[in-house]
Amino acid sequence: MTLLSLRELQAELGGKQVLDGISFDVAAGEFVGLIGPNGAGKSTLLRAALGLIPSRGSIMLSGRDGRTLSARQRALFVSYLPQEREIAWSMTVEQLIWLGRTPHRAAFRPVCAQDRVAVEAAVCAMGVEEFRSRPANALSGGEKARILVARALAQDAPLLLADEPTAGLDPAHQIALMRTFAELARKGHAVVACLHDLGLAARWCTRLVMMAGGQVVADGEPRSVLSPELLRKVYQVETFCAEHGGGPIVQPYDLASGE
Amino acid sequence: MRASAYAILLAALSGLVVLTFVGSLLIGPSDLGMAGSLEGLFSTETSLAQLVMYEIRLPRAVLGLMIGVTLGLSGAVLQGFLRNPLAEPGILGISSAAALGAVLAIYTGLSAFFPLALPLAGLAGAFVAVLLIRALTGANGSTLTLILAGVAVSAFAGAASTLVLNLSPNPFAATEILFWMLGSLTDRSMTHVWLAGPFMIIGWIMLASLARPLDTLTLGSDAAATMGINVGKLQSFAVFGTAASVGAAVSVAGAIGFVGLVVPHVLRPLVGSVPSRLLPASALGGAIVLLTADILVRLIDPGHDLKIGVLTAMVGAPFFLWLVYRSRRNEL
Repeated sequence: MTLLSLRELQAELGGKQVLDGISFDVAAGEFVGLIGPNGAGKSTLLRAALGLIPSRGSIMLSGRDGRTLSARQRALFVSYLPQEREIAWSMTVEQLIWLGRTPHRAAFRPVCAQDRVAVEAAVCAMGVEEFRSRPANALSGGEKARILVARALAQDAPLLLADEPTAGLDPAHQIALMRTFAELARKGHAVVACLHDLGLAARWCTRLVMMAGGQVVADGEPRSVLSPELLRKVYQVETFCAEHGGGPIVQPYDLASGE
Repeated sequence: MRASAYAILLAALSGLVVLTFVGSLLIGPSDLGMAGSLEGLFSTETSLAQLVMYEIRLPRAVLGLMIGVTLGLSGAVLQGFLRNPLAEPGILGISSAAALGAVLAIYTGLSAFFPLALPLAGLAGAFVAVLLIRALTGANGSTLTLILAGVAVSAFAGAASTLVLNLSPNPFAATEILFWMLGSLTDRSMTHVWLAGPFMIIGWIMLASLARPLDTLTLGSDAAATMGINVGKLQSFAVFGTAASVGAAVSVAGAIGFVGLVVPHVLRPLVGSVPSRLLPASALGGAIVLLTADILVRLIDPGHDLKIGVLTAMVGAPFFLWLVYRSRRNEL
């Protein structure tokens, strides 16, 4: 089932064309890594798909026109993990994760078993049981990142759009997060994540979409997208690519020699 | 913060509201005594005590309660909406504009012929301010634009009020304007209650409906929007709810400062910093503070008609300094 379908998506920011005709589909079961150099339009693409910024072109969410959905209906189809890890008030971790249940709870509807199950699953998936009763603002940057992911997971939407979810995490937590997203995809959800770490993207995503200059320049299986030639052209870096432990290893090691 | 602890807090605050409300009814310069006051309130015969209770103390206590709720609630909503603990009901410029309207009514002499012209002009001022802010920011303006528009409206209305004071024809008019601007609940009638009450209640309903949306706003406006919150509607309700309730409050009692800033600030740690839980607590807290302040102005210096706005700032500012000092110490 197609959870996200974009056709000829265009968006401008401050008079500059940031998205220049983006088209791709994301099906249930896919973990899509959205990669590309700074300024390629990755974050803008996520924000436009969510209706957070004005755009032109077609946005379909689970077969429905994303532009005509109400905010609440949209929240049932897609959840979002912003790049900014903003927590304005120091509520407890548990209360913060419960915010993810907001679109499921009509005014005055009491908490139901499904809410509890979703919150517990999110807490376990991110391994944040031990600080669930701590104030959210007293946590370290990496811990904050994890509870914010748990909040997005608690929303339990079929599609998750995550903007640089691994930034600021240590290697163990980066890999744990990628595993969580891969597992989510295996269970029939879909995840689209902006990533800067090509190694993680290569190893854990089922598919990579590479952007540059507001356009999709490559789309496909990680091994085919992450070729040293394409990375040299798009990122201007030299990259070491190999196979190890049943998966690809991709490590940029120097700037591309200028021609 | 457990749900039961929260229920106890709300119960305790409600108890204090009842206590201060009754205190406001029983304490006053006319020396009725407790028994006399109660007799006046509940007797069916016309008597001096009854007159004092219904014409003076009841409207004063009801307005104290309603304005306190307005200031506490709108302060909590605006701090949550702007995600800034320094936000207060006056930040949108509505208080200053309402005050300007009322000042103009005094200056033109309209309020001397027709006493209700004063609150009506205040409401008109608040109405003009909210239209102006909406015109400046649009329906989906950023919070920064909203604050800047509020600052601009506030500065203009403040300057215009000072100009009116500057041009006032005689010292008596100037004194009256100045005293009115200080904020007071003295000599208000039930007519004031009936005039301002509906606006305040409509404002409360709009502001109270924002409880859960404000919780999601803790994670930023984008996150809130993707959790099913219509952020544009949230902003409209915050602006119009504040305009209706605070505009009405200022129109009948003048601009009473610090309550809307300090009360949410003090109560926030007690509700575990959850914005939705802060709304009812802060509404009750505002009522307690304003009713207490209004009792104090009667007790401290009954002869001089000490202004409640002066008292709230005199007590509120040092208290606020202490809060700042304490939070600095916690950071060290």
